[in-house]
Amino acid sequence: MTTISWEPDRSERVPALVDQFKRGLAAPICLTWEWTYACNLACTHCLSSSGRRDPAELSTAEMRSVIDELRAMQVFYVNVGGGEPTVRPDFWELLDYAVSSQVGVKFSTNGLRLTPERAQRLAATDYVDVQVSLDGASREVNDAVRGHGSYDLALRALANLAGAGMRDFKISVVMTRHNVPQLDDLAALADRFGAQLRITRLRPSGRGADVWHELHPTAEQQREIYAWLADRGDRVLTGDSFFHLNALGGTPLPGLNLCGAGRVVCLIDPVGDVYACPFAIHDAFKAGTVRAPGGFAQVWRSAPLFAELRTETSGGACRSCSQYSACQGGCMAAKFFTGLPLDGPDPECVRGYGAAPQPASARGGLPRADKDHSHRLPPARPARPAHAAQPAHAAQPAHAARPAHAAQPAQAAQPAHAAQPAQGADPPRHGRAAAAPGGAVPLGMPAIRVPARLCDSSPLAAAP
Amino acid sequence: MTAPFEPGRGYRLNPDVALRPEPFGALAYHFGTRRLSFLKSPDLVQLVRGLDAHRCARDALAGLPAGRRDLYLRALAALAESDMIVPQEDRSEAP
Repeated sequence: MTTISWEPDRSERVPALVDQFKRGLAAPICLTWEWTYACNLACTHCLSSSGRRDPAELSTAEMRSVIDELRAMQVFYVNVGGGEPTVRPDFWELLDYAVSSQVGVKFSTNGLRLTPERAQRLAATDYVDVQVSLDGASREVNDAVRGHGSYDLALRALANLAGAGMRDFKISVVMTRHNVPQLDDLAALADRFGAQLRITRLRPSGRGADVWHELHPTAEQQREIYAWLADRGDRVLTGDSFFHLNALGGTPLPGLNLCGAGRVVCLIDPVGDVYACPFAIHDAFKAGTVRAPGGFAQVWRSAPLFAELRTETSGGACRSCSQYSACQGGCMAAKFFTGLPLDGPDPECVRGYGAAPQPASARGGLPRADKDHSHRLPPARPARPAHAAQPAHAAQPAHAARPAHAAQPAQAAQPAHAAQPAQGADPPRHGRAAAAPGGAVPLGMPAIRVPARLCDSSPLAAAP
Repeated sequence: MTAPFEPGRGYRLNPDVALRPEPFGALAYHFGTRRLSFLKSPDLVQLVRGLDAHRCARDALAGLPAGRRDLYLRALAALAESDMIVPQEDRSEAP
């Protein structure tokens, strides 16, 4: 990102850009749009608890009309994910429609449909970017999280992309306790395919909540990630997801140092619900639906939740911390799903303030993602490498039998703060009790520090 | 790479660039380089939008207070460097 500005007289000084971000933009910059909950894999940390298609997913016509809206709002780029978005039979049609509408697409995939032929088409299409998910530099480490066969699937896709002459595609890695030691290997792997490495933070969202305690990097590994990234600067993309580590050193990591939820970021899920961010699929962060009159634009501009996210708050318990300006209190979703107050420390607070251990017995009381589309059993067959001969819907998971939200956990039954770590004698101010559907959520949004680059899940980080 | 910015030359908004109005000014998106820039003032947005009506960048700045022209020139130079504005074809200032 470049910021074209100058310093006028003090009396004429315009508010800093970051102050503008706090108030929200006319349209999102980093919009994530999940096209389906269906997935051929069953990754243990899936942030959207994907697996089975939701029968209520947006139809092709509805998808096109959202694209029309994004075009009108001048959302120049969307990050498409899922589920596995290429499972949608109309995936390529929608991709072409978006691109021809000047809505660029970066899509995340496990590689399922990236045959040599598709790779060649993609390489010839401007305005499309591909991100292949891989969570380990070795089959063993990757498949432990993403499932048997997923490493081979991804590598086949990477080879097809490289072979087709595709440039600047990404290998996207969620950092876990098991792949932090492989950072150099992952970089080498990306180099081998002429790809760019992107590493992002594990979130306790969706099924990620179930494996958070086993998989999230240790404090020592956090330091390793920080040092490794600080060393590489802009060469490794991060989705700006590691800003909570900034207090570990004198050099802030490149990127936007703020929670952009509802301000520059949001999520449209496969059934058209709009959430403040991709890691917060929960009623507490649901701003509306694109199916309502006024569509997405109305939600973005007028949702009360977003209005609240665009107001500055005190910083809460973190405000008195000497490192607050460096980490900004961290990730809203990570706090929420680990039962921490939203205006308090991140569960991975580098000073240890957020790391109140939660006994497994208490986890049942934590907020859960509202939507669970997980396969009821592991996928029937291992993920298959992308062959040209693969029939179009070979890996479409079976899903019809179950009503749309049958797996939705009963919310009323969960005690509000059962697992809230001890924060002192005061009753917790935020959390599930306040987050009842339709109710206001007190959100402790951090202040903002000047970004050097905006989230790379958008066009902003595209190589020059 | 782009040629150095010359104030004596005519410029215009790159046809590959879209400007999205924002409360602070505009967000400029370059469809070719996929780069995003922020024009942090409505004045600058107006200047950029109107560039092609002037035979040279210096003329486009003529209506602004003299003390601020350098600042705007620097902003234009940055925009030229990132290919957001490009030289007009046949309207450079006569030597």
